[in-house]
Amino acid sequence: MTWEAVIGIETHVELLTRSKMFCGCPADFGAEPNTNVCPVCLGLPGALPVPNAAAIEWTASLGLALECEISPRSVFHRKNYFYADLPKNYQISQFDLPLCIGGRLEVDGGSGPRVIGITRVHLEEDTGKSTHTGAGGRIHDAEGALIDFNRAGIPLVEVVTEPDLRTPEEARAYGQALRAIVLALGISDARLEEGSMRFDANVSLRRPGADTLGVKVEVKNMNSLRSLQRALAHEIARQTALLDAGEVVAQETRHWDEEAGRTSSGRSKEESSDYRYFQEPDLVPIEIDASEVARLRHALPELPGDQQGRLVEAGVDEIAARTIVAGGLVGLLDAAVTAGASARGAANWLAGEVTAHLNRTGEDPSTLPLDGSGLAELVAMVEGGELSATAAKEVLSGVLAGEGGPRSVAADRDLLQVSDEVSLAAIVAEILADHPDEAARLAAGEERLVGFLVGQAMRRSGGRADPKVVDRLIREKTGR
Amino acid sequence: MDPADLTIAEAGTRLRAGDLTSADLLHAVRRRASMTEAVLHAYLNIDHDGAAAAAAAADEALRRGDDRGPLHGIPVALKDNMVTRGLETTCSSRILAGYRPPYDATVVERLRAAGAVVFGKTNLDEFAMGSSTENSAYGPTRNPWDPDRVPGGSSGGSAAAVAVGSAFAALGSDTGGSIRQPAALTGTVGMKPTYGLVSRYGLIAFASSLDQIGPITRSVDDSVTMLAAIAGHDPSDATSYRGGYPDFASSMGDGVAGLRIGVIRELSGEGIAADVSAAFRATVDALVAAGAEVSEVSLPSTEYALSAYYLIAPAECSANLARFDGVRYGPRLPGSSVEEMMAATRADGFGPEVTRRILLGTYALSAGYYDAFYGQAQKVRTLVVEDFRRAYAEVDVLVTPTSPTTAFALGERADDPLAMYLSDICTIPSNLAGDPAISLPCGLDSAGLPIGFQVLAPALGEPVMFRVAKAVEELVGFSARPALASSEGAA
Repeated sequence: MTWEAVIGIETHVELLTRSKMFCGCPADFGAEPNTNVCPVCLGLPGALPVPNAAAIEWTASLGLALECEISPRSVFHRKNYFYADLPKNYQISQFDLPLCIGGRLEVDGGSGPRVIGITRVHLEEDTGKSTHTGAGGRIHDAEGALIDFNRAGIPLVEVVTEPDLRTPEEARAYGQALRAIVLALGISDARLEEGSMRFDANVSLRRPGADTLGVKVEVKNMNSLRSLQRALAHEIARQTALLDAGEVVAQETRHWDEEAGRTSSGRSKEESSDYRYFQEPDLVPIEIDASEVARLRHALPELPGDQQGRLVEAGVDEIAARTIVAGGLVGLLDAAVTAGASARGAANWLAGEVTAHLNRTGEDPSTLPLDGSGLAELVAMVEGGELSATAAKEVLSGVLAGEGGPRSVAADRDLLQVSDEVSLAAIVAEILADHPDEAARLAAGEERLVGFLVGQAMRRSGGRADPKVVDRLIREKTGR
Repeated sequence: MDPADLTIAEAGTRLRAGDLTSADLLHAVRRRASMTEAVLHAYLNIDHDGAAAAAAAADEALRRGDDRGPLHGIPVALKDNMVTRGLETTCSSRILAGYRPPYDATVVERLRAAGAVVFGKTNLDEFAMGSSTENSAYGPTRNPWDPDRVPGGSSGGSAAAVAVGSAFAALGSDTGGSIRQPAALTGTVGMKPTYGLVSRYGLIAFASSLDQIGPITRSVDDSVTMLAAIAGHDPSDATSYRGGYPDFASSMGDGVAGLRIGVIRELSGEGIAADVSAAFRATVDALVAAGAEVSEVSLPSTEYALSAYYLIAPAECSANLARFDGVRYGPRLPGSSVEEMMAATRADGFGPEVTRRILLGTYALSAGYYDAFYGQAQKVRTLVVEDFRRAYAEVDVLVTPTSPTTAFALGERADDPLAMYLSDICTIPSNLAGDPAISLPCGLDSAGLPIGFQVLAPALGEPVMFRVAKAVEELVGFSARPALASSEGAA
């Protein structure tokens, strides 16, 4: 029997504002534990929250990019629950009056473009982070817990979709598209593996065409687009097997185990949470008038859909353009073009080697030791015959390893292409002397031997010879 | 006269005349405290060293010609729910025993900047929940007029200290009358400013939308002096009023001729003790004689205000007090899981009244009951605001007795929460509305206990409120002193 999956995704995005959501503490990553803290983000008695205006603007911008309506008046609520990481034991969040309502995002999961409804985009504060010490690092057998409150109070945007997604591929495409928007807006580094962008998905199955929804399972802990896709595929298969066997799906929260490749039951939800939301009395409502919305809309940067179209128009092929947009590399591409590179030439490197490097290392594009002029220089060296394609790859990997600009890396590693005729003529003479038979057959008209001899010369030069010059010299010497 | 019995204004004059130093003033309140504290227990914590250093610095500054104004060198007390850097702040709760905050509340910073000498932290009902200062984990405060009676609450420690002369002035916090009711019961002047006029940053919250810090003093002039020092926008408090605030004393001394004064019908008849009612009426008659136009005004919603308050305040407190869990500060009890540790710590750390209100608030906010309780209470709050707005279209200020009774006996209402809650019936409506109000003494009852007279004004109506209060002060000419202070003074 066939089943249709109904998927909704909640995405949390940590904003890259300079300071935290409700205090002036730095919102940086990677500081010594509990150094970016103050009475406010520690929830000390008497401390009061003061909202971060930039976080509110950025959230509204994300809402506008997702074609949401911006609420003229929205309020913060307290979401009450006890949690060791949560300094006040309530989280300041938004409830029934969120900042942005009712948007849309077009995605293509391989079966053509589809519009996914965005229910809401709202703003809240992040919690601290616990580390369980001793034993296996899990809660049960831990000797103790260490809590780092540096993350507590970092602004967190939550984007909630309608249950409009149907396949794991579509979910991944959605995650990718949303990430590209966030990157284009520059409001987060959206690093999944560091948790600055995280997904929870709700999955239920039903008969195709049915109006009602099946029992919903919430899947958590997916820290890459790939695991989002895999987790959903696994969960759909699991529920399908249950339903096919005539069993019922339990409503619960399940955690994705990346290594085992399966979901496992988390704390069951038989005890449904009562967050006892009520309006945060320490804050006044957020008021955003129409002129403010117009100003924010006007200030929106070029969004991924437009970036994609522009790159294709500039001669970049469609797949490379998509990779560059999704990877947040458009800025680097534009800088390279400004520095004189062709869009197509620069794009090939970005979509290929650079993306592969980022995927491998998990580095952030903004921290790459490669800038637009460096990339333009690399493209120019290849196009000008100073570097062979093979050598250029090696140069780029040196640049990405922080060894310097392309020209200096090429020089240091002795990779500059040899194109001066005197040295190449010497090599050609040696090759012809070593292969008298082939040289004679070429001279007699066996044209395909040019390739063989050029190859030999290339090998002898360590790949640095300019093949065009070598080709010409061989023909001259053999009279072809 | 013992310098401890001076008003701030009088002490300031003597200070500048060179008759007294700040160290002398500090000595006077220390001496008074040493003679009364064993009975009163107004203070939880006296900062002898810090106060001595501050007084010496104030004297030194004055010698240099650096005069910070009317509070310069004046010893004041703080209710122990305002955080003081490095100085233990417990809210009279075991759950904060030994807690030394790493920062000063904005009001504390402002008092220090004005040259005031912080003498100590005063007793209160635990987390400011109560009307008698009996709900303190460290023992009750007693009323200096009669130690068998309560000083009112929850700012009972501050009120008792000011009444007896172990502080020239004190700050209290008023969520449902916690400044004005104890002021009434101790014969002092207690005022609650317009919501937002004084920063709440560093005030350990009870119910955020109702809490306001205000002064307890021995004169209306001193009340203005204290308010002027602590009022004004604070960027650390998002609910802090951003506009400029009025000159509070601008119309003081103008008298009440031509002013329209409304007597709230629902809060001046039934349920008010006979002596209180008589003193209140006599004061109103004096105002009429002084030229005020007095009329009776009806605020029908006041009937429901108490119920609404006892849903809204506990609801907010249930969230505000959630942070006291043993994870980051304060005592921690063991437990085999984080949840058990938190539950054990909280069960042990909070007293019965606080526990009662947390449970009440948790229930009022819980799914399925929200609309019936909290949501309904918020609607009543809106009605109260509208009632006041209508009333202020007709009159300039409203007046009521501050408390339906004078000081009651210790233990009398301790086991009857509802009877205790009725102590605040006259004060609660202005907290729901966020409007300013002041209580000042208007006489003594047959047992010789002070009676409070309350003046209420619309938001930012402090000038007209003080104007009426000043007139009442002059008309009544209240000069009685509490037994503890006068017996000591006679000795």
